Amino acid sequence: MVIAFKNETFRDDFTFSNSPAAIRRFPFPFHEDKYMYSVNIEPHVPGPKGSVYEFPIDIDEHYVSEMRDRELVLKADPGRCQALPHMMTAQWDMLELLMTSMARDYPEHFSLTQDGDRWHWINRPLGIDQKFTFGDVKTLPYEPMEYIGRQCQGDFSIQDQRDGQLWMDAGIITTQADWSLDFDIGMNFFEWHGPVPLAHQAGVFDRALKFLLNLQHGRPVRRLNWTMTINPRLDTSPENYHKWGVDRTTVTPENVGDKVHLRVELQGLWRLPRSNTILFSIRCYMIKMRELVTVPKWGRRLPRVLRTLPPELVDYKGLTRYRDTTLEWLSKYDDGAPTTLGCGPD
Amino acid sequence: MLVSGIKSRPVYPGLSPDPNARRNLIVCDRAGAEAVVELVARAGEDFVKRASVILVADDASSEEAAALQKKLDPVHVEVACSLDAAIAQLREILSGASMGLRLYAAGSEPLIGSVVQAGAENFIDPLSVRTEHRGSLMRRVQCVHCKGMTENVVTNPVKCAHCGLLLLVRDHYSRRLAAFQGVCINAEDPSDSPEPKVEFQ
Repeated sequence: MVIAFKNETFRDDFTFSNSPAAIRRFPFPFHEDKYMYSVNIEPHVPGPKGSVYEFPIDIDEHYVSEMRDRELVLKADPGRCQALPHMMTAQWDMLELLMTSMARDYPEHFSLTQDGDRWHWINRPLGIDQKFTFGDVKTLPYEPMEYIGRQCQGDFSIQDQRDGQLWMDAGIITTQADWSLDFDIGMNFFEWHGPVPLAHQAGVFDRALKFLLNLQHGRPVRRLNWTMTINPRLDTSPENYHKWGVDRTTVTPENVGDKVHLRVELQGLWRLPRSNTILFSIRCYMIKMRELVTVPKWGRRLPRVLRTLPPELVDYKGLTRYRDTTLEWLSKYDDGAPTTLGCGPD
Repeated sequence: MLVSGIKSRPVYPGLSPDPNARRNLIVCDRAGAEAVVELVARAGEDFVKRASVILVADDASSEEAAALQKKLDPVHVEVACSLDAAIAQLREILSGASMGLRLYAAGSEPLIGSVVQAGAENFIDPLSVRTEHRGSLMRRVQCVHCKGMTENVVTNPVKCAHCGLLLLVRDHYSRRLAAFQGVCINAEDPSDSPEPKVEFQ
């Protein structure tokens, strides 16, 4: 399958949009008409052809433009990519997983030839042809996590496992929903989730940690998380919040359809074989309200979810200033008809 | 004991003597010195022989510092004029220290955080440092935007000492940075400037 990569932006003039096919495959996260936190982890097994779950690593029409945006972020703020010194083996583990997955599942775009430790990687969409020695950092232009992270959609963090805890000791994070790798690096699972409301009390993190400590190699898992973003801005980092925060005040009844985006993270978790670390991928998908309501079921369901969201979550997800305007716009797509269970379009 | 619902903030359980340590190295400020006096009083003679204190006396007169030194007698006390000077001295000692050293910190949270941080740089497990919070609740705050540190913060919000943005001091703490996170409070409406209120005194 050859993907037609779009030329678009996630800043300044914001030309990002989804093709009709990309709308159909959007990972809408609500399986019912309401939402509350849950661990909601399921095996990361292959899904239907064409869906975002078809392959372990999903590459789509936004690939080339997203990689260009990541390059801009890293140039302005190199601290978005950091690894503590003991994570080098884990970095190679990550590079191996991504290269082998991408080359196997998208052979038109990527290829990998392995001859012992001598590897040859070709990335056609980005025009990269790299021969290197696996395990020898000097043979790559960046450390392995940064090298492959600059060529794969989604943010990545790597968690070391020790003392019955997971420690976020490396990451390449340029499309984050308002959390800082530079601040959180070196923290354990409870610490970096510290600011999340309600979920601690509900025992969500205790259960999730227990589950993840037992994650097995070859049995990755996934979950969805979501928030909303004004303008299709990938870099909604706290570092730049003083620049993008004002966007949240620009929503009017006239521009909701184009400005307000549902932002969904497909989070994948893999046990890595050499380092026994866990790779966490946070693959971000965005959809405009105007695009979302082309699926009648989603147009009915989203306003019902937003209307019943607990106030703490409205605040934590930063929706306070524009939720009502968005709800009003969306409500004309909700005729009150019952919706079918499950996330996908009818 | 400082109790809070902040998940990323370490717990400071209070000082207790390690009878097996070959050397007990204690860093404290004026308020923390009271906890050290109590520690010395209940520890045995062996502990006292192997203990030394670095006292940060930036908020104490020389008479007050001398009085504290006397109270801690016979433990050897070095007086440092600032937290930075004390941490520099601690780093110097740790770089040449041998196994069996036990580290203690008592006083404000920035002091404890700095001691734990200097220890971690020298491969001392943060949980092995014996800590007790005393005195001011002031915080060290890192601006998430310019990454600059603002010291001795007692108000919320606080103006970043480096970039000048008005920062909301979040209840989110980094042990690596020994600081709380500060995030621009009026990014969404720059005309809205809430008055700083004393929250961490």
